[in-house]
Amino acid sequence: MADKPLNRRADSRLELETSFQDRLRYLGRLLLRDRIGIIGLFIFTSVLFAALFADVLTPYKPLDQDLQASKMPPAWSAGGSIEHPLGTDNLGRDLLARTIYGARVSLGVSFIGALIAAALGVSLGAVSAYVGGRLDEIIMAPINLVLSLPYLLFVVFVASVLGRSLINVILIFGITNSPIFARVTRGEVLRICQSAYVESAISAGARWWRILLIHIMPNLVGPLVTLISFQVSAMIFYEAGLGFIGLSVPPTVPSWGNMLAEGRRYITSYPWLTTLPGLAIMYTSLGMNLLGDWLRDISDPRVRRASR
Amino acid sequence: MLKYAVSKISQSLLLLFGVLVLAFFMIRMTGDPASLMMSRNATAEEVAAFREAMGFNRPVLVQFGDWISKALSGDFGNSLHFRESALNLVLQRLPATLELAVVGLCMAIIVGIPLGLIGGFRAGGTVDFFGRLLALLGQSIPNFWLGLILILILAQRLGWFPVFGNDEPKAVILPAFVLSLPVMGELLRLTRSATLEVRSEDFVRTAFSKGLRRRTIYIEHVLLNVAISLVSVVGVEFGYMLGGSIYIETVYAWPGMGQLVGQALGWRDFPLIQTIVVFTSIIVLALNLLTDLIYAIIDPRIRHGR
Repeated sequence: MADKPLNRRADSRLELETSFQDRLRYLGRLLLRDRIGIIGLFIFTSVLFAALFADVLTPYKPLDQDLQASKMPPAWSAGGSIEHPLGTDNLGRDLLARTIYGARVSLGVSFIGALIAAALGVSLGAVSAYVGGRLDEIIMAPINLVLSLPYLLFVVFVASVLGRSLINVILIFGITNSPIFARVTRGEVLRICQSAYVESAISAGARWWRILLIHIMPNLVGPLVTLISFQVSAMIFYEAGLGFIGLSVPPTVPSWGNMLAEGRRYITSYPWLTTLPGLAIMYTSLGMNLLGDWLRDISDPRVRRASR
Repeated sequence: MLKYAVSKISQSLLLLFGVLVLAFFMIRMTGDPASLMMSRNATAEEVAAFREAMGFNRPVLVQFGDWISKALSGDFGNSLHFRESALNLVLQRLPATLELAVVGLCMAIIVGIPLGLIGGFRAGGTVDFFGRLLALLGQSIPNFWLGLILILILAQRLGWFPVFGNDEPKAVILPAFVLSLPVMGELLRLTRSATLEVRSEDFVRTAFSKGLRRRTIYIEHVLLNVAISLVSVVGVEFGYMLGGSIYIETVYAWPGMGQLVGQALGWRDFPLIQTIVVFTSIIVLALNLLTDLIYAIIDPRIRHGR
């Protein structure tokens, strides 16, 4: 009776804070205050744009060969032509086209890989932390095993056994990176479960799924999005590394790693074949790291306040 | 302390067993290790003979027991290419890789920790800016690619360093630097954030108000506390460098384990690759155990259970 208006006010305030538009506006404000976030977001969107609209951006296909125009240097150096602004490789394939289509492969592999890793890892980590006890130990034992191994070496080993294929590479990245997500999720869930609001929800009689969906999951979004961003950057590296030693996607697929491996053979005579895909990897990775830094800052309210 | 050490050691032994299991089954992932290891144009009879010779047609559990018992006594089988003990081959290559990783780790520590410390103390200053830029670049530049570019510029054009191999002492500088770059960035970031945290602790403020010298505070109050959190990371980073040496050693033709992996891939010499993977994992596990123990010695909170 007496507390009814008070209650309603509390409700409406809650609504105000959680309305989607408001959150978006808040996120935008945070972005504008933080130049790092803007740069990261810009780089990421530009690479995404290149990957999505590769067909429109360049008249060439990545596998189009033109042996008469092979080994052409970039347009700004002697012997270059504006028709192939970044030059051509040993088979006369347009390097700009290959780099742009390469974004599709590299970004696709690492994004799908990261999403698989996240899906696997989050479910394992959440179950492990939520159920606890024996199951926790059984799930976490192999995860701790994988996390304590020299990762790069194991990926090379697995990739060499399974052989080159697009699906294999994606699955390898997805499965071998899930332990990181599992560990982070487990830690976060354990932390959240001990918080006062979960305790009060339990004492108010909330079911376990309600707690999981309403109290735990939303709090996981920040750390997970941050981790995905860093993992995408890491996987672009892994793909490049595997491609470099000839274990990534099949050679006909224009990934940045494969371009590096091919360019390396001609590094002294045609250095641009190596330089350009490397710069593309660096640019993308820089963007994902900056984006990850920014996401970490804004998803952790303590840092958010402290950094101002 | 003893109880803590025993539990850590038994954990490491379990992980070691896990590594052996993983390495055993990974080579059998495709179902037929014999055709995996033979060249593509081997005849069916050749593959069958090879399968017989390697014992791949026995029941998997028998093979597994055999492999584990041999591995525990230090016999990892023979390399297919060299036809000699794979472990011996790996041991021959070990010193070169260790040299690379140790020099790289030293570079990372010498550059990363002081820059992180200064950056943490003067957050937003010039040193901090360049330090963070270095850390960001270290994490964003594919280091084997940078290795190629540096060869092109510093070794070929300018002739300051040898292009490949480890025949002269200064040859280690380029590959070690390239290998250390991501680790440098990681150490810098960690030192910076740990310094930021420690800096605002009461005991540091007390030290300042007592009028202690700045250098004393930096080293005795802050660095020693930061060091605790760095110890565990250094072990992990060293493991990363051992793995990352595959690419760097391939680029610089550095005669270590990493280059051997690259070569063994071409020869389809899977027993050799398997041995290198297991051996490196053992080194990494041992290092992790060591850092755990050091951690417990320098930080009494750990050994008494949080």
